Amino acid sequence: MSSHLAILPVITPLLVAALQLLVGEKRRRTVLLLSVVSCVALVVMAAALMRTVSADGALAAVYRIGDWPAQFGIVLVADRLSALMVLLTSVLALALLPHALGRWQHRGGHFQPLLQFLLVGLNGAFLTGDLFNLFVFFEVLLAASYGLALHGSGARRVSAGLHYIAVNLTASMLFLLGVSLIFGVTGTLNMAALAELIPNVPERTRALLHAGAAILGVAFLIKTAMWPLGFWLPRTYTAAAPAVAAMFALMTKVGIYVLLRLGLLLFGDEAGPASSHFGSDWMLWGGVATMLAGTIGMLGARDLGKLAGYIVVISSGTLLGAAGLQQEAVTAGALAYLVISTLAIAAFFLVAGLLASDGDEETDDTLILEPYEQPGETQANESLYAKEDESRVVLSAPIAMLGLSFSACAVLLAGLPPLSGFLAKFALLAPMLDADARLGAGVLFTLTIVAGFCTVIALCRAGIQIFWVESERIFPKVRLTESTSVAILLGLCLLLTLLVEAPLRYLRDTAAQLHAPASYIHAVLPPMGAAP
Amino acid sequence: MELILATAIGILAASGVWLLLRPRTFQVIIGLTLISYAVNMFIFSIGGLRTGADPVLNGGDIAHYADPLPQALVLTAIVIGFATTALFLVVLLTSRGLTGNDHVDGEDGTS
Repeated sequence: MSSHLAILPVITPLLVAALQLLVGEKRRRTVLLLSVVSCVALVVMAAALMRTVSADGALAAVYRIGDWPAQFGIVLVADRLSALMVLLTSVLALALLPHALGRWQHRGGHFQPLLQFLLVGLNGAFLTGDLFNLFVFFEVLLAASYGLALHGSGARRVSAGLHYIAVNLTASMLFLLGVSLIFGVTGTLNMAALAELIPNVPERTRALLHAGAAILGVAFLIKTAMWPLGFWLPRTYTAAAPAVAAMFALMTKVGIYVLLRLGLLLFGDEAGPASSHFGSDWMLWGGVATMLAGTIGMLGARDLGKLAGYIVVISSGTLLGAAGLQQEAVTAGALAYLVISTLAIAAFFLVAGLLASDGDEETDDTLILEPYEQPGETQANESLYAKEDESRVVLSAPIAMLGLSFSACAVLLAGLPPLSGFLAKFALLAPMLDADARLGAGVLFTLTIVAGFCTVIALCRAGIQIFWVESERIFPKVRLTESTSVAILLGLCLLLTLLVEAPLRYLRDTAAQLHAPASYIHAVLPPMGAAP
Repeated sequence: MELILATAIGILAASGVWLLLRPRTFQVIIGLTLISYAVNMFIFSIGGLRTGADPVLNGGDIAHYADPLPQALVLTAIVIGFATTALFLVVLLTSRGLTGNDHVDGEDGTS
C-alpha cells in the first residue's frame, strides 16, 4: 500500500471521473457522493504522503511506473514540495465541493467529472519526475480546465474561453519545443538525470540547452501570467464560474511550482558556473513587472471579478520574483505566501460570485444558452432546480456573512495583521532584508509592500461601494452550502494563523530540500552499487 | 536532407504564426495546426535524421541506429495536439453560433 502511495493521488480521481461518466448526469446524488469520496480520499492520501516524506531519513518517495529503472521508465517523485502541493490541491477541491452543490453544477454538463480530471492533471503535474510526462499531465489539466472555463456557456464565457484555449495551445507548442531541445542536447527527460548531466554538458551545445530551457520557461511563464504574457488571465477568470475560478487560483501556482522545481533542480548552485542561476534574473524582473501591471490593473478594475483576476496576477508576480531570488529563506516564505494566497483568492472568488449571483448577467447568460439545449431537457432541469431552490437552507443574514467574509479576504490578501496573510508576507519579506544586497531584492521588497497597500485601497473602495453606498441594494440569498465553502477556506486561513509554527517548520525544511537537490537526485537515481 | 527539413519546419512555423495573428477564428485554428505540424517535425528530427536505420537494436550495429524515443514522443504529441485542436474547433463553432460572426473577439468591426 505505502509503496504505491505516490501514484494513488493520480489514479483515484481518474477512476472516479470514469465512474461518474458511466453513472451518468441523471443520478446526481451518486455522482456527488463519488466526488466527495474521491476528495476526502485525496486529502487523506496527501496527508499520508506528507507524513511519509517528512519522516526522518525518507527524503522523497519514488514510484517507478512498471518498475522500470529511472533511466528508462517514467518515475513519480513525491518530495516535501510535491506533497505540500498535492495536499493544497486536495483541500481546495474538498472545500469547493459544497459550493459546487449550488446552482453552478446544473448550468452545464459534467461539472464533477471535469473537476476530477482537473485533479488528475494537477496531482500528476506535481508528482511527476519526467519532463514529457509533465507535458502530458499539463495537457490533461488544461483539457479539463477548458471544459470548466466554458462551464455554463454564454457568449462572454465562450469568447473568453476561445482566447484562453488559443493562448494555452500555443504555450503547449512552446513546451514541446523546449522539451525536445533539452532532449536533443542531453538525451534524457528524467529531471534527476538532467540535473546530473547539466554540469557536464559540452560548451558547444550548452547554448542550445539554455535555449531549450528558456523556451520551456516561457511556456510556464504564460501559465503563471507573467507580464506581458498574462493578459488572458483576468478576462478568463472573470468569465469563469466562481467555483471554477477558485480552482483556477491554483492553476497559476502550477507554473510557479514547475519554475521553482526546475529552476532549483536543473539550474541551482550545483549546475556549474555556466548554468547556475540561469534565468533567475528574468524571473525576478519579470515578477516585478507582473506585480506592477497587476497593481495598476487592480486599481483600474471596475468589477469585482476583474479585481480578483488582477489579485491573482499580483500574487503570481510576487511568487515569481521570490522564486527568481533563489535564496533558501525567501523560498520558504514564498511557499507560505503561495498556500495562504491560494486559499484566500479562492475564497475571494467565491465571495465575489455570491455578491454577483443574482445580478442581470446570469439571466442574460441563460437566455443566450437556451437555443443550444434540448428544449425538454432545459425545462426539466429548470423545474428540478426550482424545486430544490425552495428546500435549500437560506442564511438569515446574508449581508453579515458576506461582509464578514469580504473583509476577512481583504485582510488576508493585503497581508494585514492579525491573519495568516500577514504572517506569510512577513515570512517572505523578512529574509529579503537579510539577503545580500541585490538590487532586485530591495525592489521586490518595496513593491510587495506597495502592492499590499494598493490592495487595501482597491478592496476598501469595492467594499464601500458594495456594502455602504448602494444602501437600497438587495443582497442575494446565500445558501448554506455556498457559504460553507467560504467558511472552510477562511477557517483554514484562520487555523494557519493559530498553528503557524508547525507549517512554517515544514516549509523551511521544504525550502532546504529544494536548495539541496542532491537528495532528490539520489532518491531517483540511486548511486552505483546501492540497491534500488 | 537536413536543409530541406529545416526549411520545411521554418516555412510551416512562419505561416502558422502569421495565421495565428489573423482576426478570423478559422485562420487561427489553421495557424495552430501548422505550428503543431512544425513542432511535431521538429521533435521528430531531434534524434538525428537517418535513412534505413533500425529503431530497435537486435544484435546489430549501434552506429546504425535511429533513436526511437523522439518517435514515441511525437506520437504522443500528435495525439494530444489532435484532441485539443478538435476541442478548440468545437469552441470556435459555439462562438460562431453565439455571436453570429467568426471574429476572434466575437464582434466584427469591418463588415
